Amino acid sequence: MLNVGRMEEGIVLDHIKAGYSMSIYNYLNLDKLDCSVAIIKNAVSKKMGRKDIIKIQGGLDLVDLDVLGYIDHNITINIVKGGEVVEKRSLSLPKRITNVIRCRNPRCITSLERGLDHVFVLTDPETETYRCLYCEEKYDRR
Amino acid sequence: MRHFLNPLDFSVEELDQVLSLAEQIRENPDRFAHVAEGKKLATLFYEPSTRTRLSFEAAMLNLGGKTLGFHSADSSSASKGESVADTIRVISCYADIAAIRHPKEGAPLVASQYSRIPVINAGDGGHQHPTQTLTDLLTIRTLKGRLDHLTIGLCGDLKFGRTVHSLINALSRYEGIRFVLISPEVLRLPTYVIQDVLEAKKIPYQETTSLEEALPGLDILYMTRVQQERFFSEDEYLRLRDSYILDKNKMKLAPQDMYVLHPLPRVNEISVEVDEDPRAAYFMQVQCGVYVRMALIMTLLGLNRKGDSLC
Repeated sequence: MLNVGRMEEGIVLDHIKAGYSMSIYNYLNLDKLDCSVAIIKNAVSKKMGRKDIIKIQGGLDLVDLDVLGYIDHNITINIVKGGEVVEKRSLSLPKRITNVIRCRNPRCITSLERGLDHVFVLTDPETETYRCLYCEEKYDRR
Repeated sequence: MRHFLNPLDFSVEELDQVLSLAEQIRENPDRFAHVAEGKKLATLFYEPSTRTRLSFEAAMLNLGGKTLGFHSADSSSASKGESVADTIRVISCYADIAAIRHPKEGAPLVASQYSRIPVINAGDGGHQHPTQTLTDLLTIRTLKGRLDHLTIGLCGDLKFGRTVHSLINALSRYEGIRFVLISPEVLRLPTYVIQDVLEAKKIPYQETTSLEEALPGLDILYMTRVQQERFFSEDEYLRLRDSYILDKNKMKLAPQDMYVLHPLPRVNEISVEVDEDPRAAYFMQVQCGVYVRMALIMTLLGLNRKGDSLC
């Protein structure tokens, strides 16, 4: 088993679906951070078989929980202090996300007025459907 | 301050109040001829729509108010690159209420976020046209005496026809509504309307390509035009344009108390010979449009408050 050095202070994004860590890394703009970030791919998991993990040496303020909840609300966040996990947080689907995804509808006002925020609203939690606030077009995650 | 961007912005009770006010106006228009004196309506039309713009202007003039505005993006500051947000901030200094039509979906919502005056959506692309929905509801209520327990046939372009989507949304809040969806295969009602509205609310519906088969069972037939501006391909438009043509012979299949509505303009989908039929209600619908816009302007300007001697 691969060992990544023990972290004194930071956060661990656990239970990431195997293969998704890089897209989360990009969505959260982790490349722009100065602190250490470790990505562990295909770690063995009792619950999931295989999973990805991201360790970030820094505070919770470095991570946009709404973005993370939108990407995968099954991810758990472990907050580490003094080398120990002091808190575990679970995520939920955010009701509203701003400038995380972009409306692809060419008839939407956001396609004309570039300065507008791209706002999506959760319209059906069961099917995890998000619709553009302006044109109500459903966002296709593919 | 209220805006009217989507028919669902008003509750069923609020919609009924607007429709009742429109009926009062129809019964006694003179009584309302001065209620908006000193008020101004701005019509911000980023794309041409003579009928809707004139209907709004007639409505405001009938109430004793005045109108100002532009009727195409070329004659507005949009041609200089001004945003919708900036335009409405400026217009808020000139007028008391604004009706906005824009080819891009959601533009009236953007306007409402920056406006200091009530904003009415006068049509935004293929998205919503809520005052047409109010018009349709008033027409149906006038002709049938109710908005519940009706079988509504929707015919033609059900894919891009925003009036159809809005009408389905609005009527789905009344009891005992049933829809018959008549369209060519490629212009079927979008899946999201079927799933999110009809199936989610367990509203009975039937899809068919045959107008003749549907006609005998309808209370209302809502015809629509296949709109050229919604197609990227001219060939596709020409192929679908004349899918359904309602004529005198087809009207023989319809019940005597089935009325024909159409948001207009029509092209070929209703033969002119049907105009003589007492069941042709599409020109009466235009008149309803003026009354309902009068009622809406009054409501949003707070001119129909309780205790007011008018209502």
